[in-house]
Amino acid sequence: MISANLSAIFYLVSGVLFILALRGLSSPETSRQGNLFGILGMVIAITVTFLSIDNFSTGFIFVLIFILLGGSLGAFIAYRIPMTAMPELVAGFHSLVGLAAVFVAISAFLNPEAFNLGLPGNIKLGSLIEMSIGAAVGAITFSGSVIAFLKLQGIMSGSPITFKGQHFLNAIILISIVVIIFLLCSTQSSNLFWILLFASFLIGFLLIIPIGGADMPVVISMLNSYSGWAAAGIGFTLENTALIITGALVGSSGAILSYIMCKGMNRSFFNVILGGFGATEDNVNNSNKEQRPVKSGNADDAAFLMKNASSVIIVPGYGMAVAQAQHALREMVDTLKKNDIKVSYAIHPVAGRMPGHMNVLLAEANVPYDEVFELEEINNDFANADVAFVIGANDVTNPVAKTDPQSPIYGMPVLDVEKCKSVLFVKRSLSPGYAGIDNDLFYKDNTLMLFADAKKMTEDITKNL
Amino acid sequence: MEIDPLIFRFSIFILSIFVGYYVVWSVTPSLHTPLMSVTNAISSVIIVGAIIAGLSGNSESVFNTSSIFGFLATALAAINIFGGFLVTQRMLAMYKKKKKDK
Repeated sequence: MISANLSAIFYLVSGVLFILALRGLSSPETSRQGNLFGILGMVIAITVTFLSIDNFSTGFIFVLIFILLGGSLGAFIAYRIPMTAMPELVAGFHSLVGLAAVFVAISAFLNPEAFNLGLPGNIKLGSLIEMSIGAAVGAITFSGSVIAFLKLQGIMSGSPITFKGQHFLNAIILISIVVIIFLLCSTQSSNLFWILLFASFLIGFLLIIPIGGADMPVVISMLNSYSGWAAAGIGFTLENTALIITGALVGSSGAILSYIMCKGMNRSFFNVILGGFGATEDNVNNSNKEQRPVKSGNADDAAFLMKNASSVIIVPGYGMAVAQAQHALREMVDTLKKNDIKVSYAIHPVAGRMPGHMNVLLAEANVPYDEVFELEEINNDFANADVAFVIGANDVTNPVAKTDPQSPIYGMPVLDVEKCKSVLFVKRSLSPGYAGIDNDLFYKDNTLMLFADAKKMTEDITKNL
Repeated sequence: MEIDPLIFRFSIFILSIFVGYYVVWSVTPSLHTPLMSVTNAISSVIIVGAIIAGLSGNSESVFNTSSIFGFLATALAAINIFGGFLVTQRMLAMYKKKKKDK
């Protein structure tokens, strides 16, 4: 057994290693090393925990068995999961962190002696407050992530579920959670602890059901942040530095990602949380319903345009992920490059269902990351490009965001696709995107619509090149 | 008068939020998905609490309600640790630069 001071120092070391793990992600070259720092930090934290326990009961064997069981399941999932399912995976993992936090809190509440927190029914006040906050946030993370997972997986409809008095009900539950925590800390009643958990599970569920599919980047980032705060809450209870540092890191990381995602949609955080576009602004697109002419073409036309271009910019979106078109796209680009055509990729911050979703898919298809650009880096290049190839993106290219102050997406940063000499827009139909508004880009003179499945169309174009 | 140790932990917490703030802003947007999966993995350091909870049983009975919740939490956190780090490793291995020999 090692002394409490020594183990505290080791926990600090592992906290620092976790900071380095995140620091490594500032560039792809250093990121792999960063991940190793993270693993090392975790190994140190777990080893120190084992070393600091004085009575090795037979429970030790069971702990090892459960680590092995969970670990092999986790490793199995990590190797088998397709890259397109990454948003679901991350949502699922968040739910596990939340549930683990709840379980640790329950265990500490039932047996506080094992954690040096006092006796059952007479837990130290500070610890009880930290514990109940950690448990409540953990429970919200769990049920919220489960709903996010079901929506992303398509088991539950991605459209927002709203009902009358929803915000009122949520407000009541949130206030009662605060009241329950207050009562729990003054009475130490275990019944109140279970009610607290139930109310928190319920509010997590209710908070996420009104949020629509395309707002998932915000939701996932937000739940990421919650899982961090839950871990920090438990960290305070256990007086564990590694857990406090990590919780704070993850909490602020998720918060920053939510901020970036909201900014990418020009919406406030509360606007996203309080429900989808469809719920509040369904009267917007009724005004101009007349059929406007569009130019549509086939793979042959598209191949002709691209063959005669000297530079092409590709704009991928969620549709590319759905159609699994990233590999076909890379093959098309390879053919273009053989013909000495300059190709780059333009990624909008909210393209896809989670932050960085498109980048991972392109990396999977062996697209070098130095050909992939963010909105601010590439937006001026559209004016000099010959062809923009929009595959599976919609709202993020809509010029209405710049021209029509009445539009619900007005002010949202968009890719200046229409400035290209010609635009190829791969889409199944003319249906509007998530925001429920028509895309002006469809009707521009320089736009050629390619109505087809993204993968099939890309393959056909490659054949015709 | 002595300072409550809670204040020290709170200081660590607040400073870590600031460290997190600056470190995460420096993460390149193309790595935001690995950022989420790795934060997922490291927040599972909650396993240290789960292990203590799992070992809370006495020599007569390894299993009591408290330790069973500990075992379950250990398994959940272990899924996340292994799954999170491995999937991050898998993703990061795919990020390649343009080949020079072309």
